[in-house]
Amino acid sequence: MVLQTPPLEPVESIIPLADEDLTRKDYASDVDTRWCPGCGDYSILAQMQRGLSNLNVAPEKMVFVSGIGCSSRFPYYMNTYGMHSIHGRAPTIASGLKLSRPDLMVFVITGDGDALSIGGNHLLHVLRRNVDVKIFLFNNRIYGLTKGQYSPTSELGKVTKSSPVGTTERPLNPLSVALASEATFVARSFDTDPQHLTATIERAARHHGAAFVEILQNCNIFNDRAFADYTDRNVRDERLLYLEHGQPMLFGENKNKGLAVSATGLRVVDAGGPDAGLILTHDATRPAPDVHQLLARCAYPEMPVPMGVIRQVTTPTYGDYLDSQIEVQKFKNRHDVTQLLRGRSTWQVE
Amino acid sequence: MTTTSTQANGSGNTSAPIQERDRVTVRFAGDSGDGMQLAGNRFADATAVFGNDFSTLPDFPAEIRAPAGSLAGVSSFQISFSKHQIFTPGDEPDTLVAMNPAALKSHLSALTKGGLLVVNEDAFTSGNLKKANYPSNPLSDGSLDGFRIIKAPITTAAVAAVDDLGLSNQNAERTKNFFALGLVYWLYDRDLQPTLDWIEDRFGRLPNIAEANRRALFAGHAYGETTEIADAHVRVPPAVLNPGEYRTITGNQALVLGLITAAHLTDLELFYGSYPITPASDVLVELAALREFGVRTFQAEDEISAVGTAIGAAYGGALGVTGTSGPGIALKSEAINLAVMTELPLIVLDVQRSGPSTGMPTKTEQTDLLQVMFGRNGESPLCVLAAKSPGDCFYMVLEAVRLAYQFVTPVVLLSDTYLANTAEPWPVPDLSQLSPIDVPYRRLVNTSPEDYQPYERDPDTLARMFVPPGQPGLQHRIGGLEKSDISGDVAYSPENHQRMTDLRAEKIQRIANFIPEVEIDGPESGDLLVLSWGSTYGAVFTAVNDAREAGHEVAHAHLQYLNPFPRNLGDVVSRYKKVLVPEANTGQLRMLVRANFLVDAKGYNEVTGQPLSARLLTEAIKQLADE
Ligand SMILES: Cc1ncc(C[n+]2csc(CCOP(=O)(O)OP(=O)(O)O)c2C)c(N)n1
Ligand code: SF4
Ligand SMILES: [Mg+2]
Repeated sequence: MVLQTPPLEPVESIIPLADEDLTRKDYASDVDTRWCPGCGDYSILAQMQRGLSNLNVAPEKMVFVSGIGCSSRFPYYMNTYGMHSIHGRAPTIASGLKLSRPDLMVFVITGDGDALSIGGNHLLHVLRRNVDVKIFLFNNRIYGLTKGQYSPTSELGKVTKSSPVGTTERPLNPLSVALASEATFVARSFDTDPQHLTATIERAARHHGAAFVEILQNCNIFNDRAFADYTDRNVRDERLLYLEHGQPMLFGENKNKGLAVSATGLRVVDAGGPDAGLILTHDATRPAPDVHQLLARCAYPEMPVPMGVIRQVTTPTYGDYLDSQIEVQKFKNRHDVTQLLRGRSTWQVE
Repeated sequence: MTTTSTQANGSGNTSAPIQERDRVTVRFAGDSGDGMQLAGNRFADATAVFGNDFSTLPDFPAEIRAPAGSLAGVSSFQISFSKHQIFTPGDEPDTLVAMNPAALKSHLSALTKGGLLVVNEDAFTSGNLKKANYPSNPLSDGSLDGFRIIKAPITTAAVAAVDDLGLSNQNAERTKNFFALGLVYWLYDRDLQPTLDWIEDRFGRLPNIAEANRRALFAGHAYGETTEIADAHVRVPPAVLNPGEYRTITGNQALVLGLITAAHLTDLELFYGSYPITPASDVLVELAALREFGVRTFQAEDEISAVGTAIGAAYGGALGVTGTSGPGIALKSEAINLAVMTELPLIVLDVQRSGPSTGMPTKTEQTDLLQVMFGRNGESPLCVLAAKSPGDCFYMVLEAVRLAYQFVTPVVLLSDTYLANTAEPWPVPDLSQLSPIDVPYRRLVNTSPEDYQPYERDPDTLARMFVPPGQPGLQHRIGGLEKSDISGDVAYSPENHQRMTDLRAEKIQRIANFIPEVEIDGPESGDLLVLSWGSTYGAVFTAVNDAREAGHEVAHAHLQYLNPFPRNLGDVVSRYKKVLVPEANTGQLRMLVRANFLVDAKGYNEVTGQPLSARLLTEAIKQLADE
């Protein structure tokens, strides 16, 4: 599937392209993968390598920064530069790296615990600042690496190792958090739809600014089939809404249903019925995040679960502002170290 | 030493006798709203122009605006100036300017016996006396009998001087600090011109305010001249400093200049990630104003992000620096450890303040030494340096950067509140005389992929082959997991972990081969060595000299390199019968010295939030020398 989204930013305007055509293999390292057999992370890795090869940016121009978690092992398997950092802090390292090295493409790999629990603060701020990094949050609604405690996306009442009679806290919705953080690119995809995932990854990578992608990822060991109710192949058409910019929000077998505005949010209408005219057309570039928030809040079973690019707006990045300040100040002011050392006034001792 | 001469001073035409003194210490104290810091800084400027050596000590409340007239709201500024070189802002002031009862109450105990007290008698109202917990008026109840007092109607005289300028009452009263300053200028024979220039520069666009401040300054000066103040007119002749161009500098300014200069000497882009915290915020604030030097400041969402961004920048090949104070170091520890494990050149500035917890944010202490040495999980050695004076902050930043790149390691540079805010005359460095700082990764970027191993090491320094991202064929991954020797792959083998632990320790130890040995001031061996570090240098130097003048034979060694210690330190401490370690903490260096060298070092420790008292320390030295 090809996503129809706003005109692509030419990546090559910032990052030099490779001379020859690159393939998935050019992005795969020779390190053995260490995830459990059947883990959704394998598919994400494959689609990442595939999606990035479409950009034709040389692997040495890419850096993957991750936190801690099963998901955060990801950088080892990419034949790029990478840092497997500390729990929750990848956005900070990625920010410092990108701001001092605009010529690199910087990616953040994080988990639901890494990004929304210990690193929640950093996620808000990297998105708000629109630092040009691409953030992929592998949401398995559980702490995988520490063997199955609940996470900030685990549903209320969920029984896990650390909540034997169910959790007592309500989950965060990653997309809502990203939108509330003024993210300029917000998307969702999932591990078992390789085509959609590849396209979404490529789309995010091409965005100029902070990109946030929630990837629903199955942890078959500690939270198996967490998303199966709507991502299983046989129910997808009915229960997922594949968003395409500029296209009506249709879903269901033969696209027989659509989304329209209701008094309380969004509602499902019959695409062949009297309200068909009210079906919304998806505008990812809409400046106000209102409809985007309503989409982000659509949840199974009441509503179809949206997939794809929910929001993509273009505004200058933190780096754009910073670099232009430096340029302007260099033009306006003297920058002579000797003068600076002398300060405002000096005196001579004979 | 006091001599009396009848020579007329430069700025007035009074014929009152003027005394000459070697050194004078003045303290301005008032309400935070009274402009004492401003007055003190103007006095320091005038003193610099006059040619004395000087040292200042600002001391202000953590509250931005404590209730007016309250004890909590008292702000002070001390300056000591001399015809000789001096190393401290002085222990007890000879002169105290007290703008209200609370200021008098808080600072009187510091004034030398028989010292000069200048008080603003207008402020001694019953309301203000009550706020300062005075049961009766000290100006009239005889309790100040041991001092020489100038009771000046500072507020009313200042208001009268600006009477016809049409200022609001409040603005007219605000000029009282300039009146007080004018009076003190007369007392100490300072030229008014630098302050007049400053007023023009600062308030030129508000001619009324500029004129009011000028008039108050002149009025205060005239008040001194016309009121026969016996014994109070004092002159401290200019000091004989090494010839050259001088400026005033505080420790925080020197950190800023050091970073800009280090970026210049390495030819690297400077990235400074920080989260505001007293007393380190000024470094962020001043660097942010220097975009024209290519400085990327990043005001992070917290200290963890601040150090994270600096690590990211360092990893990318920029000069990655983060700065904070003790509480911020606590938050940064885990990330600093990442830089230890990934072996990246990260600079961490710690402008220490009084703790534990929030402690006393505006007060000084040397209490983070053990935190930066050991406050991380695992065996986590890194390089620790400490500046010894405001101007030394500049040179120690250059050292920190040199070592960080040469050894590919995080380096912590310790300063503190005292150094941060203290101003002193500083010979402006000649940029062309500073050695360039080598950045080894520049030589490695063209390594062929077959020859590149991220954790291969330089045989001399044990620095690993750090190469920032972007080089074709050298792609590799680093991180916080234990690394395999040479390849840098993730490794869990027991032998490898032992080896890497040893290598990380050995690498830091080898820094000792590339730093100066510790110098001894005084006898090369003998009875007593005083061993100090960091900002106490001035007080310890002064105390050691005073003890010597009293006839004691004392050696002094001062450490700017705390980890590793200079190579000869173990030998040095073993050559004396007694070792005294004075510190503004409960004995952190002493613990390290005892543990490393098995010497029975004694401590002299003050944890008051104030710089060490040279006078009390002199007594301690004499006492130990006599034992
Ligand atoms: C400071 C710190 N606290 C706790 C941990 C332990 N820890 C490692 S991963 C993790 C949770 C990971 O969950 P998530 O981010 O959802 O990643 P997943 O393993 O599910 O991919 C925790 C708590 C740690 N490594 N560091
Ligand atoms: S524990 Fe779960 S998330 Fe982690 S590797 Fe195994 S399946 Fe994947
Ligand atoms: Mg998880």
